[in-house]
Amino acid sequence: MKRESKSGAWMVLLGAAALLVLVTALENTLNPTSNIMLFMALQKGAVYALVAVSMNLLNGFTGLFSLGQAGFMLLGAYTYAILTMPVENREAVYYIYNGCAVNFSLPELLGGGPVGLVLGVVIALILGGCAAAAVAWLIGLPVLRLKSDYLAIATLGFGEIIRAIFQWDKLGPVTNGANALKSFPTFSSFNIPGGLRLSTFMAFLLAGICIAVIVLLINSTYGRAFKAIRDDEVAAEAMGIHLAKHKRLAFCISSFFAGVGGGMFVMFANQAQAKTFTTAMTYEILLIVVIGGIGSVSGSCIAAFLYVAASEWWLRFLDTEIILSNGFKVPFLRTGFRMVVFSIIIMIVVLFFRRGIMGDKELPDLLRPRRKEGAGK
Amino acid sequence: MQYAISILLSGISLGGQYALIAIGYTMVYGILRLINFAHGDVFMVAGLMMVYLSAALPLGLALPLVLLLTVLLGFLIERAAYKPLRTAPRMSVMISAIGVSYLLQNLATYATGGLPQMYPEIPGLSATVTIAGTSVKWATVVTPFLVVALVIALTQLINHTKTGMAMRAVAKDFETAQLIGIRLNAVISVTFVIGSFLAGIGSMLYFTNYQSVVPLSGALPGLRAFVAAVFGGIGSVPGAVVGAFIIGLSESVIKGSNWSVFSDAFTFALLIVILVVKPTGLFGEKVTDKV
Amino acid sequence: MSENLLKIENITMQFGGVVAVDNLNLEVNKGEIVALIGPNGAGKTTAFNVVTGVYQPTNGAVWFQGEKIIENHPQGKMKAMYKGQHAGEYSQILAPTPDKVTRLGMARTFQNIRLWKSQTVFDNVLIAKHCRVNSNVFSAAFRLNRKEEAEQRANVEALLETVGLADVKDELATSLPYGKQRRLEIARALAAEPQLLLLDEPAAGMNPQETDELTAFIGEIRERFQLTIFLIEHHMNLVMDISERIYVLDFGELIAQGTPAEIQNNKRVIDAYLGVSEDA
Repeated sequence: MKRESKSGAWMVLLGAAALLVLVTALENTLNPTSNIMLFMALQKGAVYALVAVSMNLLNGFTGLFSLGQAGFMLLGAYTYAILTMPVENREAVYYIYNGCAVNFSLPELLGGGPVGLVLGVVIALILGGCAAAAVAWLIGLPVLRLKSDYLAIATLGFGEIIRAIFQWDKLGPVTNGANALKSFPTFSSFNIPGGLRLSTFMAFLLAGICIAVIVLLINSTYGRAFKAIRDDEVAAEAMGIHLAKHKRLAFCISSFFAGVGGGMFVMFANQAQAKTFTTAMTYEILLIVVIGGIGSVSGSCIAAFLYVAASEWWLRFLDTEIILSNGFKVPFLRTGFRMVVFSIIIMIVVLFFRRGIMGDKELPDLLRPRRKEGAGK
Repeated sequence: MQYAISILLSGISLGGQYALIAIGYTMVYGILRLINFAHGDVFMVAGLMMVYLSAALPLGLALPLVLLLTVLLGFLIERAAYKPLRTAPRMSVMISAIGVSYLLQNLATYATGGLPQMYPEIPGLSATVTIAGTSVKWATVVTPFLVVALVIALTQLINHTKTGMAMRAVAKDFETAQLIGIRLNAVISVTFVIGSFLAGIGSMLYFTNYQSVVPLSGALPGLRAFVAAVFGGIGSVPGAVVGAFIIGLSESVIKGSNWSVFSDAFTFALLIVILVVKPTGLFGEKVTDKV
Repeated sequence: MSENLLKIENITMQFGGVVAVDNLNLEVNKGEIVALIGPNGAGKTTAFNVVTGVYQPTNGAVWFQGEKIIENHPQGKMKAMYKGQHAGEYSQILAPTPDKVTRLGMARTFQNIRLWKSQTVFDNVLIAKHCRVNSNVFSAAFRLNRKEEAEQRANVEALLETVGLADVKDELATSLPYGKQRRLEIARALAAEPQLLLLDEPAAGMNPQETDELTAFIGEIRERFQLTIFLIEHHMNLVMDISERIYVLDFGELIAQGTPAEIQNNKRVIDAYLGVSEDA
């Protein structure tokens, strides 16, 4: 048993390393402009995988139905953008508010150059996560006492409140009001000019580390306590698990990683604007979790890449009118059709394949030989 | 003074329109314990259908047809997306509701090309009238009266007809109601039909005031109406109406002040406060969970 | 020496106007097996829920290991509605949550089995160890608690061996036959390292053979873990076989207490169970 789980861990680690090497190889051999869709999908997929896993930690593993993900991402995104934007760019970005109230930039404080950049970005992402976790800690106290669907609607409402606050004019010198924050370090800042291209590698590395930490947590004694709460709250409490404390812990940790994911999302999107972090974004992530399988980390990851690739890349053609060579115009194809097809696919998954791609299994579970027959007899 | 009156009037009318949506939420929640996330979008689709049908048909025909189609839509959504999940965990049904909402919004974007659609003028509702020096649309004036009339009719239906009695029984206890021979699916369908019908009427009043319909038009009014339903005590029709008027008035007051960005934030903050302080709302019944 | 481990003192539990438990006084001494019996609806499970912190009593106190752990008195609306005795004798409010009570050293099972359904037998028991964990979430996530974790796992292995579930440890808890699920629930409670084990109808739904096995099992674990056991039960064979003392509840009131032999011959108990004939 023990050895088996150990070899499983090695397998996962090896797989992850191979994936990183593959991504770096792809990035440096394929033409980045003609394959832009591929790399966009990979980067966004990595970000969404992290956010989906963080949501799964809460919804799938602890059984708390929360819809605040976009709000926590927003907190992380703004923290990251404000802390890393080079000071010289601030005047231009905050032109409406005559400059920014925050006048330092972490990468510069840390000495600039590649080291400063890497350290600054990592620290800013972590601080973004901490900001989200701190807010989660505050609102967790009242909100987590609510039952399932009330919790969902309260967290949804919380997301809306956060968005309104960040768009507020009076906070303009910090948040730039309803305008976008721009020109902070993005994934492409990690491409070494004339050398290795590392933008997609960076996205995978950061997401991979975070997901690994979440997996470690899920398999620890605390993760087991979360699952006990999901399976039977009354029994969990009777067996000495402090419900309020553990729910709050799960909520804060999930929000922390949503915050980090938010920071990474703006690294991908090149700009941070409150209006992107809508309820629709939370729904998108929820649907990824459902498609992947509620309670499966690898399911969430696979679904994130599939979802992003399908919606941003593979199904793109549905949005453009196609006229065949014989003059036949393919019906239905025009702007918006892609999303219609997409939502129908989602409804089919929700209604008929309720367990999603992975159910509550993980990839290594599937690879492991079935060892029920004759075992122990 | 004039300003105050105009804010008061728009608040009351907004409240009335939210009330018509909120009733749909509260009734469905009362029976299925489901937040029907798609309800706001049904409201939006009703608005869009009006836009398209009134362009093709005379208004006298388009109006009832819109209501009929809205009712049909609500009925179909329940049959297609919620009925198959009757025995599934509540989370699945809620996800299905979110999926339907997503589908309706995307369908609307496809149909409209994402462009705002002008809502047709409805004679009698779109005309303006001057009250105490403030000019408002008739829709604003008519709304509260229409709402009160519809709510009275609805409470009569719930309290004094056989269908109403069945609805109350199902809301009280799902399983027992089935055991005593109440046709569950029929009752649930009736609930969705009533909810959608009221949302259809609500959309006519609402969009006459706001004039344009976009695919996301239903999302926020829907959420606000839901908050209203919770505020009044979910499951209670009069509660939903009172809650809706309070939400409508406060929204209108905040929109008229310097804090207009916070109007939705206020609504949701109110929701969180109610849920924490008095989860049963103003008129809700207390439900205790058995250990 | 009769050092009492658990003492229920003047406990009254009133729901609205209904008095479910009326002025219950009861003691469980160290090392004893004590049973609480009574007809359906007598208030046995309610009393259990009060002791374990699920319900807050309306009035009275509970002592555990010589310390007062639960206390309450009628408040608010209940002040006027209170029908029980000893009003005004209690002024403190002590209302620990069930998890806290468990950490103090009592663990329970449930009348209708409540195992964690998606977990294996092994994990069900392992999770119950969580309340004895010293590591925080960081050290646990980053595997800095290897030693503690390994110790826990070894402990659970040993415990499963003792209760005879070692051969099914990787099965899903819910795939076990009914009798074994009961046994697993007891094993899970033991994993929380209690001094007092509370069993809520452990033999409910069991056939005579399974009941006999369970009786032997309860005796065994008491010896091995030096437990004190407080149980609710309907199966009189089991109760009479293993309990040292018995308390009898009827309509929320204690109507008798004593050794099994005394209880078997107590007229009030017989009446409560069989009903009083009309012409008596």
